[in-house]
Amino acid sequence: MLDFPRWKVWSISLVILIGILLAIPSMLPADLKAKYPKFLPSATISLGLDLAGGSQLLLEADTADAAKQRLAAKEEEVTQELRRNEPRIDIGDISTSDGRLSFMVRSPTQVDAAVERMRALTQPVDGLSGQRDWDVQVVDSSRIVLSQTDAGMSKALKDAMTVARDVVRRRIDPQGTKEITVINQGQRRILVQVPGVEDPEALKKLIGQTARLEFKLVDLSADPVQVQQGRAPPGSQILPLADGTGAMAVKRRAMVTGEQLVDAKQTFDQQNGQPVVSIRFNAAGARRFGRVTQENVNKPFAIILDEKILSAPNINEPILGGQAQISGNFTVETANQLAVSLASGKLPVKLNVIEERTVGPDLGKDSIEKGVLASVAATVAVILFMMATYGRFGVYATLGLIVNALLILGIMAVFNASLTLPGIAGFVLTIGAAVDANVLINERIREEQRRGRKVIDALETGYKEAQTAIFDANITNVIAATIMWYFGSGPIRGFAVVLLIGIVTSVFTAVNFTRMLVALWVRKNRPRALKL
Amino acid sequence: MPLLKLVPDNTNINFMRWRNLALVLSIIATVASLALVGVKGLNLGVDFVGGQMIRATFSQKIDVEQLRGNVETLNLGEASIQESGGARTYQIRLPKPDGGEAAANRAASQVRAMLGQKYPGSRVDSVETVSGKVSEELATDGALSIALAMVGIAIYIWFRFEWQFGVGALVTLFHDVSMTLGFFALTQLQVDLNVVAAILTIVGYSLNDTVVIYDRIRENLRKFRKMAIVELLNTSLNETLSRTMVTSLSILLALGVLLLFGPDVIFGLTIAIFLGIFVGTYSSIYISSPILVWLGVKPDSFLRSDDKEEAGARA
Repeated sequence: MLDFPRWKVWSISLVILIGILLAIPSMLPADLKAKYPKFLPSATISLGLDLAGGSQLLLEADTADAAKQRLAAKEEEVTQELRRNEPRIDIGDISTSDGRLSFMVRSPTQVDAAVERMRALTQPVDGLSGQRDWDVQVVDSSRIVLSQTDAGMSKALKDAMTVARDVVRRRIDPQGTKEITVINQGQRRILVQVPGVEDPEALKKLIGQTARLEFKLVDLSADPVQVQQGRAPPGSQILPLADGTGAMAVKRRAMVTGEQLVDAKQTFDQQNGQPVVSIRFNAAGARRFGRVTQENVNKPFAIILDEKILSAPNINEPILGGQAQISGNFTVETANQLAVSLASGKLPVKLNVIEERTVGPDLGKDSIEKGVLASVAATVAVILFMMATYGRFGVYATLGLIVNALLILGIMAVFNASLTLPGIAGFVLTIGAAVDANVLINERIREEQRRGRKVIDALETGYKEAQTAIFDANITNVIAATIMWYFGSGPIRGFAVVLLIGIVTSVFTAVNFTRMLVALWVRKNRPRALKL
Repeated sequence: MPLLKLVPDNTNINFMRWRNLALVLSIIATVASLALVGVKGLNLGVDFVGGQMIRATFSQKIDVEQLRGNVETLNLGEASIQESGGARTYQIRLPKPDGGEAAANRAASQVRAMLGQKYPGSRVDSVETVSGKVSEELATDGALSIALAMVGIAIYIWFRFEWQFGVGALVTLFHDVSMTLGFFALTQLQVDLNVVAAILTIVGYSLNDTVVIYDRIRENLRKFRKMAIVELLNTSLNETLSRTMVTSLSILLALGVLLLFGPDVIFGLTIAIFLGIFVGTYSSIYISSPILVWLGVKPDSFLRSDDKEEAGARA
């Protein structure tokens, strides 16, 4: 007990000093923080959304939609390969249903060649099992069926979610300057946290749009009556108008798509002053757009966004410069949203908002004020109680308590942990509970003294015997807090983190720091009896 | 200045004398709590049943019925309105909309607009929208995490002590969690994610107390081989009584301050833990300990099996 080597004193002091240095930046008001020396650590505790105010959205991928999109892309790829690459293979009766793409090879002699070329389009999913992303089968000797393997689907989903995360980030924060959080959660979810947003409607509109832009030719041969009934001529499809006033038949094949865009911004139409979105294509896109418009002068060209026709203006003259305008009854705001969405690329999968939590800034401010007040008042109450109960040893416990509080703040700052509302409760609870280790030790010393042990002996036994109880008792809390951390989300995690850090620091301060204080005092003063 | 002594030195309270009475009371309380949960049900928040909750603070006290009327004119389904925390803060709860996510968006905007128009000076503190899918997951995760924490801690105690202690821990936790749920059923305070956190905290801290007492029982079992188990439990409880009181009071002091001055939003969390500390302190004396008698813990429980054989050979 008294044998407290100098290196131990130094190392304990060093740990505490580092902890305090780490805690200071989080406690300084903003103006003082600017003057804080640069060579010292400056990380601060960040505030959770429930304290800082802001919006949190949990997005989930619509996997059925994603599968549909992949199938459509595959269809495009397959027809491109067989109909346009040499040697051409004549196919027909293409259908996509039940997540499978099937088509007929007209000439029986070409079936094997077609299968060969389909296999060449598939990709290995992982090197070990040799599994590929699509399965190619021949049915009834002339029909080829492509179906996506499970491994292929989960890889496609994983890739899509990674892209979706980046697209969402670009949409919310085009300049990349805001402190937003966009992370993948589980296999098909994305968590978005945006501080300072009070009404998340605009946010949701930005994310809600897949922003798949396509230019298709209007099928002028379609019979208006049939279009009304939703029946399209072969090679065409019926798509609704975005303003909900009807539908139109357009060719299935997209002439140009949004993938070939390099830029999009909101501007005004030079003739009528309406808000529009100006887009610019890359070189390949510009060439293609030029050729298509050249071949189709005086025909209407449908601009389609997410399967809805925004507008179908006439091609008055070939558009060769790679610049175009999208019109479609926009307001400045909606045109701007579309421009941001187009510029950030299309979402590879439709995202639905399945959970939303928004906290106004004032509530957070109130909570912080009350939380700080309660934390300070609770600390004072516990300190008074400790001093009244244990006298000198209560003072040591108190010093331990203060060091403990600073260590918690310091560790949270280093890990950039967020302080949440429940986290404040966790902090106050820890203040109350942190003295437990000291209580165990002090009670044990009291007991040993009563049993007639001498001062040194009582201290020695007290610290030694209390250790197993301290250890076991804290493990139960660690188990509960770890499970809370694992299952909890957002604010609850903040609570669990504070509890976990508090358990570790309170054991450290009780077993090492207060013990050191006691040892140094006893060594210096050699008391004959302990007032305890 | 004399030191404060909550518990006088060398107490000799015969706790175990009332163990059967306490058992009957505990069983009644536990059954009553579970029955309350079954009959009255828990007031589950949007976290667990889905829907929308809008918290708003008004510039002056308002007529709840009038607010309800105003919300109902928006035609958003049956709204429930509750005072929350501060006197001028109200919670408006709306059921899950039928029309999917888009409808939920509109509902929140409509309420916002209505509040701004009819109650100038009001402010919307928070809006929470939880879909049915997420709320189901949160409910499952919540129940699972509490069960896992209980079992995990019981297994840990079993490893560190003996199986009887593990069973004692599990029964104690079951009692404490039931009582907490009973409290929420009785008061109809809203059960949200914070309450799950509170229950997990209670699970941790209730056992904290129990473990300290178990630790002393183990020590005394080794020390006093001849002492009768009931007497030994009494001794252990008396020896740890002062610590139990000081620690519990210290935690209650801190939480009491938080209840009085802390943020309103975490009132549910704090009150649950506050009461849980009481229940946990009671149960570590009257449930965790007597169970050891009923499960037949004997002074040789902590001898290793070869030691036991040796002891048997000597006898």
